[in-house]
Amino acid sequence: MTRDERLAALHAEVAQRILVLDGAMGTEVQALNLSEADYRGDRFADHDHDLKGNHDILNLTAPTFIQEIHENYFNAGANIIATNTFNASSISQADYGAEDCVYDINHAGARLARAAAETIMAGHAERHCWVAGAVGPTNKTTSISPDVNDPGYRAITFDQIKEVYKEAVRGLVDGDVDLLLIETIFDTLNAKACLFGIEELFEEIGIRVPVMISGTITDLSGRTLTGQTSEAFWYSVRHANPFSVGLNCSMGAREMRAYIAEISQAADTLVCAYPNAGLPNEFGQYDEGPDSTADYLYEWATSGLVNIVGGCCGTTPDHIRAIKAKVADLPPRPVPTIDVAMRLSGLEAFSVSP
Amino acid sequence: MIGSRFINVGERTNVTGSARFRQLIAEEDYEAALEVARSQVENGAQIIDINMDEGMLDSEAAMTRFLNLIAAEPDISRVPIMIDSSKWSVIEAGLKCVQGKSIVNSISLKEGEAPFLEQAKLIKRYGAAVVVMAFDEEGQADTADRKFDICARSYRLLTETIAFPPEDIIFDPNIFAVATGIAEHNEYGIAFIEATRRIKAELPHVHVSGGVSNFSFSFRGNNMVREAMHSVLLYHAIRAGMDMGIVNAGQLTVYEDIKPDLRDGIEDVLFNRNESATECLLELSEQFRDVGSVKAERDLSWREADTAERIKYALVNGIADFIVEDTEAARLEVERPLHVIEGPLMDGMNVVGDLFGAGKMFLPQVVKSARVMKQAVAHLNPYMEAEKANFPGEDSSVGKILMATVKGDVHDIGKNIVGVVLSCNNYDVIDLGVMVPAAKIMETARAENVDIIGVSGLITPSLDEMTNLAREMEREGFSLPLLIGGATTSRLHTAVKIAPGYEGPTIHVNDASKAVGVVGNLLSDTARDDYVAEISSEYEEARARHAQSGRRAKRQSLAGARRNKAPIDWSNYTPPKPTFTGLRTFDDYDLSELVACIDWTPFFRTWELAGNYPDLLDDPIIGEAARNLFADAKEMLARIVAGKWFTPRAVVGFWPANAVGDDDIEVYAQEDEGDLPTVIHTLRQQMQRTNGRPNFALADFIAPKETGITDYIGGFVVTTGWEIGAVSKRFEEANDDYNAILVKALADRLAEAFAERMHQRVRTEFWAYAPDEALSNEELISEAYRGIRPAPGYPASPDHTEKDTLFELLDAEANIGVSLTESFAMWPASSVSGYYFSHPDSAYFGVGRIGRDQVTDYANRKQMPIFEVLRWLSSNLDFDPKDFAEKDAAA
Repeated sequence: MTRDERLAALHAEVAQRILVLDGAMGTEVQALNLSEADYRGDRFADHDHDLKGNHDILNLTAPTFIQEIHENYFNAGANIIATNTFNASSISQADYGAEDCVYDINHAGARLARAAAETIMAGHAERHCWVAGAVGPTNKTTSISPDVNDPGYRAITFDQIKEVYKEAVRGLVDGDVDLLLIETIFDTLNAKACLFGIEELFEEIGIRVPVMISGTITDLSGRTLTGQTSEAFWYSVRHANPFSVGLNCSMGAREMRAYIAEISQAADTLVCAYPNAGLPNEFGQYDEGPDSTADYLYEWATSGLVNIVGGCCGTTPDHIRAIKAKVADLPPRPVPTIDVAMRLSGLEAFSVSP
Repeated sequence: MIGSRFINVGERTNVTGSARFRQLIAEEDYEAALEVARSQVENGAQIIDINMDEGMLDSEAAMTRFLNLIAAEPDISRVPIMIDSSKWSVIEAGLKCVQGKSIVNSISLKEGEAPFLEQAKLIKRYGAAVVVMAFDEEGQADTADRKFDICARSYRLLTETIAFPPEDIIFDPNIFAVATGIAEHNEYGIAFIEATRRIKAELPHVHVSGGVSNFSFSFRGNNMVREAMHSVLLYHAIRAGMDMGIVNAGQLTVYEDIKPDLRDGIEDVLFNRNESATECLLELSEQFRDVGSVKAERDLSWREADTAERIKYALVNGIADFIVEDTEAARLEVERPLHVIEGPLMDGMNVVGDLFGAGKMFLPQVVKSARVMKQAVAHLNPYMEAEKANFPGEDSSVGKILMATVKGDVHDIGKNIVGVVLSCNNYDVIDLGVMVPAAKIMETARAENVDIIGVSGLITPSLDEMTNLAREMEREGFSLPLLIGGATTSRLHTAVKIAPGYEGPTIHVNDASKAVGVVGNLLSDTARDDYVAEISSEYEEARARHAQSGRRAKRQSLAGARRNKAPIDWSNYTPPKPTFTGLRTFDDYDLSELVACIDWTPFFRTWELAGNYPDLLDDPIIGEAARNLFADAKEMLARIVAGKWFTPRAVVGFWPANAVGDDDIEVYAQEDEGDLPTVIHTLRQQMQRTNGRPNFALADFIAPKETGITDYIGGFVVTTGWEIGAVSKRFEEANDDYNAILVKALADRLAEAFAERMHQRVRTEFWAYAPDEALSNEELISEAYRGIRPAPGYPASPDHTEKDTLFELLDAEANIGVSLTESFAMWPASSVSGYYFSHPDSAYFGVGRIGRDQVTDYANRKQMPIFEVLRWLSSNLDFDPKDFAEKDAAA
């Protein structure tokens, strides 16, 4: 199937039911207990940095493991899985001296995820499996100064980070992803630079791919790290006409509900949410069981808040299986018609009706 | 009266609209600039407009820095930003700094469809809304049809060609002035309202905005009528669909409260209901003029009150005409002459003090009140002397204050104003004048047993002299409070550099309106200790914050900065040759020619009336005080010109010159073949550049020697002349401080105007590279011409010692009698000097802070000891000079 055909099927499916995303990748990779040599593979045998912990490079050095994790999530019931490319930007890869491999890592990540999808579909003629190219936030921010004595300073500019994202996204699109997933956004200006770069890329290559946008709320204040409310966040990215908008990571489903409800009310597009498995315990681990997470998401679904759900940190194929079982037969949230108005934002939303 | 849905856009963070904000940005005082933004949001602005369009600014850098700082202030950044610029590059720089959804102000079809659509497409991609002006290839739209047609065309292009969301379009269909006397303008009001109505009816989802104050432009000087006009226009425009505006909501009259005949008159004009509408409104508006002191002087009913009331009235209104007769009447009513001072005169001055403190009276009015007071006291003095024998040792003064302009400095207007304000609050002020050495200050303080010492200075070397004075006072065991004031002084400099050298209270007072409070606290038995402790802990905090180095931009190396010098292509450039080389002097220049060139804004600033001329004349708060001061100034100017009180003189020179070794300029003014060229040393900016702007030094604007091109540089000194001292003294002796200060402030303005006029003649006549230039005074003030005239000691060339070289080249002392003090202040004070550069790319800039490497390099080039360079450039150092000495010693 061509990407256009796959996307036609996606639009048909998402109108019918709530779709399920995959769960955490990092937890699954750690469970494999891979050694430094596994991370290096042949290609990086002589690399001058340690590579252990660079999960994204496994797309190049240990592809079969990654493909298997993707297949596990499809088998657990996921409709869409995200590529193993959360840290595949030149900023994050520079920590491992692998910034020159960014395109390859993303391209390979996309190919692997597609291969997993094709394998599953080959075995289940009735199923559609889609791949979202994951774009993480990087550890740099265009809205906050890293120097407490100089709040006007910025460690990176809009133009620089735009190019960083563009390079990663080019690999993903060339690798044939169905969607792009800009996730765990803590700085909306970073996300806007990413969206700007994506638009430039689309114009350059003459292809458009739907974009999913997912912010993250840092704490119970209900704001992003850079201070925006979820509604203000939505107005800041709405110009990109995204396939979906929503939240992920940062907190468990219980704490996330109010902000998903806020977005659900304001967004005239699909809403996607994939919380962590509860709040981390004192060891930083997530111990909310599959049924608890699934119960929360079931309630969201019956309340008509969501179109796409899944899991973030601490969630496993078992979580996805439990979620799938609870939401598969529920009707999706109808996309509301929002009154036409100029929707502006600073840290807070501000609307001007015509 | 303004509908709840009408959106107020805050307008104070705009360098083109607010003189104060422009100054803060030019001085890189971003902390204070943030306060301006914060107070707008606190006062209810729902969106804040930010504009950095000013010739001398690096607008892109200023926009970027300010927006980045705003991002760190949640109580400001909670509202959306309107990024306002006429330059696309500045807009784009702004769009790269805001995470929220902002508004771009503005784009239009002025340059045609292609750039319009390209910019709109990018705005959409950055995720912003947009203001579109009703402006096309033909110009700004004036009729309702043109306004609507351009907006409709813009709408179609935006929504159909690039799918711009219509709800994110705000049209500005141009509000123009009505009642101008030109018949075509009579339709402007109705055209705006009609266009607004059609835009809202026929172009779905869009918004309409406009700059309301243009509408009433013809009624400048009559705020009551202007505010009513704004209110009437908005009343109808909002009903027609206008939903946003840059409006000061606090300054609008409630529509229903406008007197019916005025409202009808305005509506007749707005809707052009009959041919005589303008004439009627003009006539009507005379009845609604603001009640001001001009009227009060004519109305003599206050003469019927009792003596005490009359004296109070005369003081509050600054009327000296009857004060001697009233004071005499009061004297006859009381037992002793002193009781007149302690009774009605002090009562009246207390009212003045209260009104001044409450911001209801302004400096020029207070100085006028002081004049009345002084004349009253002068009348009483002989009587008090006569009875002194009966009351030995009595002193009515509440404190004795010594004031002086420090050694090396000649500027005294600010100091004089503070002195007047203090003396009218019954303090005994001893004024030692200008260029007063520390020893003289201390000696007088002892001999006169003063309570407080206040020193002032305008040029940067005076800062050093003040630090020196503080150390000397410490050494000699003084503990009196020391007050610091003057244009280049600051609270931070006082805290960091001056106060640590002196145990006694050392306090920065830069504002005549604050001086009374500070002195009152210092001389109060009860408040003094707490006050001094509070100031000292404030300064301690300021020092601590400063030590952490604060919000300082990063610098780059001198070598790096030189690589990024101004990119001038000399290969295709032939410098214009001046019509003469060498010197030309002008004696007794025609004063009336200079009056037309006066830049009035700084004149009002001298009197602590902030705002841009002429707009400040219409300011609802200070407008009345400004208009009265302006009338007095014009009257004084007429007397100056008619009486030929001043004899302005100038010397201008041009010489062949070339840039050498990046930052120096060799000037070939030698008389003999064998003599070495004179060298002008310039300083280079070292800020980090990310926006493609060069790191300027003045030497960049002169052809380098290796090009083999003969280039030229010019120089000048102008002065209003020596007479000012005698003229102001004449007023002082007549107990008329108001006119003494006024005439000095005008002499300063005339010197600046002289410099402006000579520069104009240089461009058109003497250097003649722009013979056809035809600019208005406003354009001259905004520097819309080719070439610059920077002065040593100012931002582009901050080393005052270079003035010495310039004065030698011009032989200024011999030619026109202007000399330099040991701090390189020009004497007489009303003088201006500078260089002339002719290259089309030459531009004003601020050198800003320089690094250790440049200091060393400069000292070598100039053959000046490092410690001297550190001293003269102390305000421009990017490091603590103490570190320099230590590191130097270590190396």
